[in-house]
Amino acid sequence: MEMLAEKLEKGYVWLSILVLVAFFAAIIYASVVLAVVVPGDSGQIVPKRGETLFAAVSRTKPFDQPGVHQTGPNSYDVVVLGQAWMFNPAAIELPVGAEVTFWGTSIDIDHGLYIPGTTVNIMLLPGQIGKQRYRFSRPGQYRIICHEYCGMLHHQMTGTLTVK
Amino acid sequence: MPTAEATVTIVENPSGYSLPDSHRRYILWSILFGFAALAVGVFQGFAQGLNYAGINIFSNFPGMRTYYQGLTLHAVLNVFVFPFAAANGWLALTVARSLGRNLNGFLLALSFWLMVAGSLFAGYIIVVGKASVLYTFYPPLRAEWPFYFGVVLLVLSTWTISVAQLVALAGWKKEHPGERIPLLAFVSIATYVMWDIASMGAALEVLFLLLPWSLNLLPGSDPLLSRVLFWFTGHQIVYYWLLPLYVSWYTMIPRQVGGKLFSDTLARIAFILFIVLMPVGFHHQYVDPGVAGYFKWAAGILTFAIFFPSLLTAFSVMYALEMGGRARGGKGMLGWFWRIPWGDPSVSAQVLAMITFLPGGITGLMNASVDMNLLIHNTTFVPGHFHMTVGSAVALSYFGLAYWLIPYLTGRELWGKRLALLQSWLYFVGVLIFARGEISGGLLGMPRRTAISMINYAPLPGWKLAGALTAVGGSLMFVAAVLFFVVLAMTLLAGRKTRPVVDLPFTSTVLGAAPSGNQLILDKISYWVLLSLTLVALVYGPFLLTHIPPTLSAPPFMGY
Ligand code: HEM
Ligand SMILES: [Cu+2]
Ligand SMILES: [Cu+2]
Repeated sequence: MEMLAEKLEKGYVWLSILVLVAFFAAIIYASVVLAVVVPGDSGQIVPKRGETLFAAVSRTKPFDQPGVHQTGPNSYDVVVLGQAWMFNPAAIELPVGAEVTFWGTSIDIDHGLYIPGTTVNIMLLPGQIGKQRYRFSRPGQYRIICHEYCGMLHHQMTGTLTVK
Repeated sequence: MPTAEATVTIVENPSGYSLPDSHRRYILWSILFGFAALAVGVFQGFAQGLNYAGINIFSNFPGMRTYYQGLTLHAVLNVFVFPFAAANGWLALTVARSLGRNLNGFLLALSFWLMVAGSLFAGYIIVVGKASVLYTFYPPLRAEWPFYFGVVLLVLSTWTISVAQLVALAGWKKEHPGERIPLLAFVSIATYVMWDIASMGAALEVLFLLLPWSLNLLPGSDPLLSRVLFWFTGHQIVYYWLLPLYVSWYTMIPRQVGGKLFSDTLARIAFILFIVLMPVGFHHQYVDPGVAGYFKWAAGILTFAIFFPSLLTAFSVMYALEMGGRARGGKGMLGWFWRIPWGDPSVSAQVLAMITFLPGGITGLMNASVDMNLLIHNTTFVPGHFHMTVGSAVALSYFGLAYWLIPYLTGRELWGKRLALLQSWLYFVGVLIFARGEISGGLLGMPRRTAISMINYAPLPGWKLAGALTAVGGSLMFVAAVLFFVVLAMTLLAGRKTRPVVDLPFTSTVLGAAPSGNQLILDKISYWVLLSLTLVALVYGPFLLTHIPPTLSAPPFMGY
């Protein structure tokens, strides 16, 4: 049994490594070929001496104008501010097929921007510029949810996104 | 290939070793203190499960102001106090026994009282509602200082045990020059060494950023840097929860089921990999802005790598189970499985815990998959995953461990063996239903850490069923946990006094440690520490270099 076990062990070790490598290859495929990407480093908003974070955010593009901005025939910037306990704006409307770039940050504490049924999933951190792309190909009402704990009324921090 | 094996007299023959009463007491107290914390914690868990079914009972708890206050308590007690205290007692014992040397008695006592003090500080300030910041305590949410101070004491308590272990090891080495470190001591010490490095992130964060800030000594906080430091510790802490049970699975369970550990070397390698593959914490920050792709991909790759030692563990453990099952007459491909001693509650609890760890590990790999994380980050998928790991592989294994360890430490027979058996199955079934609910809910977008019973919008399709399963499974887990505490309390109070149990049930190995040759390098823990720190520097170095000194611009927020 010992000899057999040693053989099995070797086979098992190689199989384990192979499975893990194959899984990781699938992730790389999804990222490179299917272009499913996570947010990266898009810069930081640092208040000047004596300035509040809120003031610094309000003077920094694109956060000086929260809301939906068309940037091309079919592309939009959606600029979202998170604050306790609401999204600004709380209701967003987009046409079907819109190629959207979300820009998000927070003016007070950590929040989250999450839209179930999509891959829009990003943290809104004070002073960090969050950026994520998504194409809305299905019409309907989507729910925007803050999915990072932000205090007493965290569960009421939601919004809607309508695609027509 | 039966080569010569290193032997250690004390391991083969326990008669030369005895545990002084005062040491026995602190070890027992430490473990019981951990269980006491868990008892309070699971009560909150019960309320949280119901919350997801839309039922709010937490508002009726005296002094509970919000859902989040209870949730903070649940996690601080269940994943800080409970596993820290239990590991402190358990791995102090294993080191003392396998080296045949007692740990320093003062350090044992100190560790225990630090644990108690830390729990009192943190527990008090949570209960009065001034620290509802959850166990991740991200600034700019700010708790009052006793919370951070308490956390510091809890960590100091664990470091104290590590020091006591290393002192004992140094003494042992002097008396046994050139000998292999006994396996049981090696894996126990490796667990703590891993944790010593891992805890540095949160320790630096709390000591230099949060505690001074809570005392108004700093102008503000750096939210992103804090998250990075926290998660440096926050992932590896799961191995500090888990490895004490791997110690049991590797070195005790084989003996308990009548088998043997397959390979001494393989076991050591698994633990070494947990020390080396340290910098994986960025995988908790896949969707954080301000963290560049390099960090996320490096952590992603290392996370897949660190799955490997757990696959090794699965091999070793199954080998031992099969060996035991066949020795008891099991036949065929899987026949052995039914023949392991299922009637022993210590075995049934731990084997069932291992089974829940399979889906637990697989869902972990799913979380770790960069793209998949976009779908489920901060949904109930995540608590669904980790109640099968820490909530079951760890908690249920500790129940199983207690079923022989408490009798060993108290000299009292286990009370209510059948109840203990029932308890382990009930918890097993409960956690699977619970996880089914949470995981399906998460895939449908149900957010975690959310007072779902109080939301101001209609639940999304499928959330109701998912929430109901969460509540049903959670309630079963809760009942099963209560049964465990009944068995434990009755054992302590009414268990029949027996002859003291002579020894820990630790296993012999099929392929033992080689007394010389290449393998000696395995025992050089300091080499592995250096390798680990090098990897840490490669992954975390660039981030820290560009983010220190911190940007302390975020003002505190106490709206909880
Ligand atoms: C009776 C058994 C238990 C039940 C019913 C239960 C239930 C829950 C539920 C429903 C949540 C999710 C809450 C939310 O996201 O809003 C949760 C979170 C959590 N549970 Fe448990 N749990 C139990 C036992 C345990 C055990 C044994 C552990 C660990 C040893 C544990 C550790 C945690 C942790 C770390 C969290 C995350 C807290 C956070 O997100 O801040 N739980 N529990
Ligand atoms: Cu929130
Ligand atoms: Cu992790």
